[in-house]
This record gives sequence, structure tokens and C-alpha cells, in this order.
Amino acid sequence: MDLKRQVAYMRRSLFDQGYLDEQFIQLEDLQDDVNPNFVEEIVTLFYRDSARLILNIEQAMEKSPLDFDKLDTYMHQFKGSSSSIGAKKVKSEATQFREFCKAGNAEGCLRTYQQLKKEYTTLRKKLETYFQLARQAGPAETASRPN
Amino acid sequence: MNMDSGGGSVSLANSILTKKAADAISDQFPAGLRVLVVDDDPTCLRILDKMLRNCLYEVTICDRAEVALSLLRESKSGFDIVISDVHMPDMDGFKLLEHIGLEMDLPVIMMSADDGKDVVMKGVTHGACDYLIKPVRIEALKNIWQHVVRKRRNDLKELEQSGSMEDSDRHRKPSEDGDYASSVNDGNWRNSKRRKDEEEEGEERDDTSTLKKPRVVWSVELHQQFVAAVNQLGIDKAVPKKILELMNVPGLTRENVASHLQKYRLYLRRLSGVSQHQNGLNTPFMGPQEASFGPMSTLDGLDLQALAVSGQLAPQSLATLQAGGLGRSTANASISMPLVDQRNIFTSDASKLRVGAGQQSVNSSSKQVNLIHGLPTNMEPKQLSHLHQSVQSFGTMGLQVSEGVSSFLNIPATSLRTSSSHVDSVLGSQNSSLMIQMAQPQSRGHLLNDITGSHSSGLQSSMVQQIFSNEIAGQVLGRNGVILNGKGAAYNLVSQASPMADFPLNHIAELPGNGLPIGNTLTSSSTLTSTGMFQGGNVDTKGPRGFAPVCDIFSEICQSKPQDWELQNVGLTFEASQPITSVQGNVDLTQAVLGNQGFASSQKNLLNRNASVVGKAVVPQRQENEHGKIEASVQRPINPLLNNSFRVKPETISDFSCDNLLIPQRYGQDDLMSALFKQQQEGTGSLESECNFDGYTMDNIPV
Repeated sequence: MDLKRQVAYMRRSLFDQGYLDEQFIQLEDLQDDVNPNFVEEIVTLFYRDSARLILNIEQAMEKSPLDFDKLDTYMHQFKGSSSSIGAKKVKSEATQFREFCKAGNAEGCLRTYQQLKKEYTTLRKKLETYFQLARQAGPAETASRPN
Repeated sequence: MNMDSGGGSVSLANSILTKKAADAISDQFPAGLRVLVVDDDPTCLRILDKMLRNCLYEVTICDRAEVALSLLRESKSGFDIVISDVHMPDMDGFKLLEHIGLEMDLPVIMMSADDGKDVVMKGVTHGACDYLIKPVRIEALKNIWQHVVRKRRNDLKELEQSGSMEDSDRHRKPSEDGDYASSVNDGNWRNSKRRKDEEEEGEERDDTSTLKKPRVVWSVELHQQFVAAVNQLGIDKAVPKKILELMNVPGLTRENVASHLQKYRLYLRRLSGVSQHQNGLNTPFMGPQEASFGPMSTLDGLDLQALAVSGQLAPQSLATLQAGGLGRSTANASISMPLVDQRNIFTSDASKLRVGAGQQSVNSSSKQVNLIHGLPTNMEPKQLSHLHQSVQSFGTMGLQVSEGVSSFLNIPATSLRTSSSHVDSVLGSQNSSLMIQMAQPQSRGHLLNDITGSHSSGLQSSMVQQIFSNEIAGQVLGRNGVILNGKGAAYNLVSQASPMADFPLNHIAELPGNGLPIGNTLTSSSTLTSTGMFQGGNVDTKGPRGFAPVCDIFSEICQSKPQDWELQNVGLTFEASQPITSVQGNVDLTQAVLGNQGFASSQKNLLNRNASVVGKAVVPQRQENEHGKIEASVQRPINPLLNNSFRVKPETISDFSCDNLLIPQRYGQDDLMSALFKQQQEGTGSLESECNFDGYTMDNIPV
């Protein structure tokens, strides 16, 4: 299969499998001649910045008892950030986590956090692959909407 | 120059020209809308930045609320609308919202991933004009201009209303205000007035009070009477009932006096250095259309301009100073904040003013501090010039003014008299609101005719109109200022430098015989910085400063039009001799780097660019003589917004980017900060933010 088709296929499946949502398309739409790698830049920025948040959350999770308010605040930020790049699964886990925080459910928080981290990491890998492929396929074709 | 009928017709012709140009520009609206985005999340910030740019808005991004506030304070009319996140680490978004509403009276849009009803309600009660749920889509941003327009319209209505003591007298205004009013009714003014007439009085004005009550405009005289009564009774013993009796003004109610007294007390308290954080107290004043004061802040420019046309401030203006000052201070408690903030800025908070690190900037700003101590930040520099002029024209009056002002503002009179520039600044700041006051209650026609004896009214009307549209146009022509705040150093690259500042100077030089005393000042960059400059005697009408401000009928007269537009950019970024280069650089950079369309070449990583630009731009570019380059770039037709093929000279950009800029691959905040610090070492300092270029208000068009 030629590269371009591969890229399109991969992109499609990211959506179909629920990793990405509509917001990602918003980012794609913003990409233009002025910012030809906009989507990748944003995703990179997200992962770099959220690393800090993840660290804060993990440190807070190590405390006992859990400070649910603090955790909720962190997660709110994290959720806002991840939703802005269209990270669907990650966002959903973050929402779940916040629910547990509000309920004061430490066990639930812990479990959900593991899930969240997993999704977060998986998505990064997938997107890295995707961007790499897209660049190979030809810059103009990067993250363009399928017709 | 003979400003009589001959001049009148000339000015008319010119105003027609100007009008056309203005129309052309204003047709671009909402492109060029100046948006300030505040969000601590860099990802969201970057996305919003791109989205807004795609909407052809002029964007400034900021990741710290404090920085955003100082940005806003520096450049009072440098922005049209603010978008802010609700949850931020350094300041609650609602608190920021309150501040902005009080001090700058700009429309603010809140946004959050939180869509809970309570939070949204909080937005409403705190006066947000809209609430966006994250993730924000570009469609939601496309229409944010409506909030700006709506607010302007409401403010205009307020202005119209405030001309009379009671709402019902609205219709009476044209006849009684003579020339001025009729000319004022031209163009936009007329439109809004008509609209206002058409619409019911019951029109929602975001009034904080639930009852509809006739709005009392505290005119100069009225306020003087009030103050006299209060002083007579003694501020401690002054109760509304007694004050009312002493004042003996028909139609004035005890409630009017009571609320005015409350504001006055707040104002006095602020002057005496009470904590500035009286947000709680200020809540009732949050609404932009608070009583009769609401519109004032935004309308200053308008009225001022109109009156400025005549270029003179009649004695009433002096009187107005007091009233205006009070009005300002009490209006929405807006003054209180600015005053106190002002003090803070002046006394200590360099960080607030500058990119969080500018020691130099502190120095420069402190200079101005002395001058404008205690003056509301929302006094626009351009008004300074007017006042200055009037002061010059009315020698003793100036003194009187200063006296009046000083007593009102509790500013030692001596300090006011130390130099004319001092007075200017003081007066200038006062002028804005005062002018408004003046405009309405007084018989404007009388004032104008009285003052100039020239066809000022004729000029005025057109000017007013021009100014108005020019203002908008000016806005449109703004550049994109991406001010990425590293550690809280966010700057508006675009810097709405008050073109006005330079303009008047320019014109003064060019129209020496002008019967309209322009004085010299208008060194208006938004804040006091201009005053400082002014003081420094940088009344440099020529040279870089000679760039026509945005709305200039007179620039039309004096210069070629295209030049004006081109120069606008530059002019906008000019402060005074010092900042010129830097500002220019900034603007240029901004344009260069951020100019969207047509900007091809060396743009690899826009992020980096921005960062580098920011780092560079933030700090006054003293060290480099980018002047030449800047000039070159600046000469270009202004904006991508105008769909000119805006070709940024790659070498220019690279110059900016290469030298002493860190080009972080990301939002390296530390990098930025160090770049800034480095820059700061070399320069003196402040990126004088530009002018209080009141978005869509009339600018001074002193001539």
C-alpha cells in the first residue's frame, strides 16, 4: 500500500478506535502554509507540558490519605489539556478519575489513574508513528482530511 | 493656518478623504480585532492563538493573569476583548474578570473545561459577556467580535444618554447642543443615537440595579456642587440627605447622591492608599454600564476626540477635570482599582509593568510615576496632550486645573506645577473622562466656538466621525502581537502605540499656525510612559515619531494617505525616542513573524518564532539598530489583514531571531526569561506599551 494511503488508513483507525475525536480535526483544520506542522507541534507541546502535570498527580497519589481536591484540580487541568488535542480516551479516563475524586474513592482513583496513564502513553506512541509516517508520505498530505 | 471657513472646507474635503479610507479599513472589521487570551495551559493557549489568527484577529497570548492585567493596564485601549480561562494558578479567572471589568471595562469571555451550571452562572454574575466550554472550537471564536460591538453600542447609548440628566431628555440633545451635537450625530454617532432612539428605553443595559432608574450624569458642575457640599459638611458628617439639601439641585434624588457619595468615598479611600483589593466592594460596580459612569471610561476617547478637535479645553474642561476625575474614580469603582494599581505600579511593581523582570522598565516607569501619580490608569495619554494644550492656551487655567485636580485627587498641588508636562499628564489623565462630562452637559457648540473660533465644529463632526471609523480601522490594521509569556512576561508586541501621540506632535510641527492648540504632548502611549517621554522633551514631531496615528483626519491633510496607513503601524508602536526602536522592532517582528498569509520563507517552527520574537520583542531593542530594517519592513503596507502581500524580509526576521534570541524549541519559559533578562541588560527598558488606543473610540485628533 502506498504511503499516502497508509497514512490515511492509520488516521482513520485512530478515529474509529476512539483514540481521537473531533477536536483533533479542529487542529488539522488549523494547519496551513504558515504552520505546516501545526498538529504535530501541538501534540508535542501537549505531551511536554502534561508531563509536568502527570508528575504532580503521581506525587499526589503517593500521599496518604489522598488529597482529593488537589487531585481533582490537577486532573481538571489535565483533562482540559488533553481534550484540546482531541485525546478522546485519555479525556474519558480523566473524567472518570474526577468522578472518583469527588466521591472520595481512593481505590477508584488509583485504578483509573493506571488506565489513564496507559491510554496517555499508547496515544503518544500511535501519534508519533502517525506523524512520522505522514512526514514520509509527503508534507502536503499530512493530516489532511480524507475527501 | 486660517481655520475659518476656508479651513473648514478644506477640512471637509479632507475628512471625506479620510472617511473613505476609514471606511475601507473598517470594512475589514472584524479582522484586526485585538484579543488578549489568558490561559495557563500552553497547549490551549497555542491552539487559541492559532484559531484567533485564522479569524484574522490580532492576538496576544498570556499565560499569567497578573501579566495579562499589567498588559491591559499598560495599554488601556490596546485590546478590544479578553478571553480568559477560569482556573488559573496565579489568579482566579473570575477575579481577573472583575479587575478587567472595573479597570478597563473590556468585554471578557470566560472559558473552561468545566461546564457545570454553577461555574457558568458565576461567569454571568461576574459580568462575563460569554462563556466558552473547552475544548474551544474555532466557530465559537469567529463571532466574539459581536461582544465588542455590542459593548460599544451600549456605551454609545450611555454616552448619548448621559448628555442629559434624565433619560427622557435624550431627544432633546441635538437641539440644545448646537453644532457639536449635530455634527456628532454624523456617521456612527448618528447610527447609535438613532438606534437608541428606536429602541425602547427599557433596553437592557447590563445595569447592575434591577430597577430602571433615570441615570444621573454627574457633570462637572454637579460634582463640584457635590464636593462643595461634602466639604462643607465635612466628609465624615456628609450624609446624602444633607448633601442633597445643600446642593439644591432639582431632580436630584437622595439615592443619586447616596450612590455618588459611596463612590466618592471609595475613591478617597483609594487615594489614601487603602488596599486595592476591594473587589468585593466593587462588585456592584462590575457591570460595564454602571450608572452614568459606566460608559465613561470607554467613551473618553470619543468625547475627548470630539472636543479635542477644537483642540482646546475650555474652562469647563478644567472644571470637568474634577468631575471627570471623580466620575472616573467612582465609575464602577473603576478608578479605585486603577488608582491603586497605578500606585502599585509606580511604587514597586516593576514586574507588573514589565515582563516580570524589567528593572529598567521600572526606572522608566517610575519616572512617569511621579508625573501621574494617583491618576487613573484609564486616563489616556492622548488626553494628556489635549490638556497640555489647553493648559498652554489657558495659562492660568492650567494652574487652576492643577489646583482643582490636586485638591480633588489629593495630589500636592506643587507637584502638579513642577512642570507643564506634569500638569499635562495630570490634566491629561483627567481629561478623558472630563471631556466626556464636558461634552454632554455643556453646550458643546458653545464650548467649541468659544474656544477656537475656527470651524472646529465643522471639523469636529467629520473628525469625530473619522476618528471613530478610523479607530476601528486602526484596530483592524493592528498587527498580531503574540506575547508569549514565559514566566509571566507577556507583552503585546503589537503595542497599540498611540499613533495619536506621534500624530499630534507631527501635526503641530506641520500646522504651526493652527489655531487649534495641540500643544505638544500627546506622547501618548497608553500609559504614563508617554508622560515620561513627554517630560523628557521628546516632543519629536519628526523622525520616527512622525508617523501618523491611525485615525487622522489631519494626517490626511498633512500627509499622504498611503503613508499614513503604512506609518500607522510604526506610529502605533512608537512611544518616544527611546522605545521607538524597540517598539518598532517589536511591531515589526510581530508583523514579520506573525503576519500570517504571505509569510512564507524562513518560518520553520512558528512556535520558535514566536518565542524568539517574544523574547526579542519584549525587551526594547535598543541594542540593535534595526531601525533601518524595521523601517523597511514597516513601510510595507500594513497587514496581511489588508491582504497586501506582506512580504516579510527574511533577513529581517532572521536578524531578529538569530542574534541574541534563544530560539527555544518549545515554550521554553526559562529560555524566554533569560532572553528577556539579557535583553533588558542592554536596554533601558520599558517596552512602553503603546497607546491607549481606545479601540473604537475616537482618538484625539488634535490639530
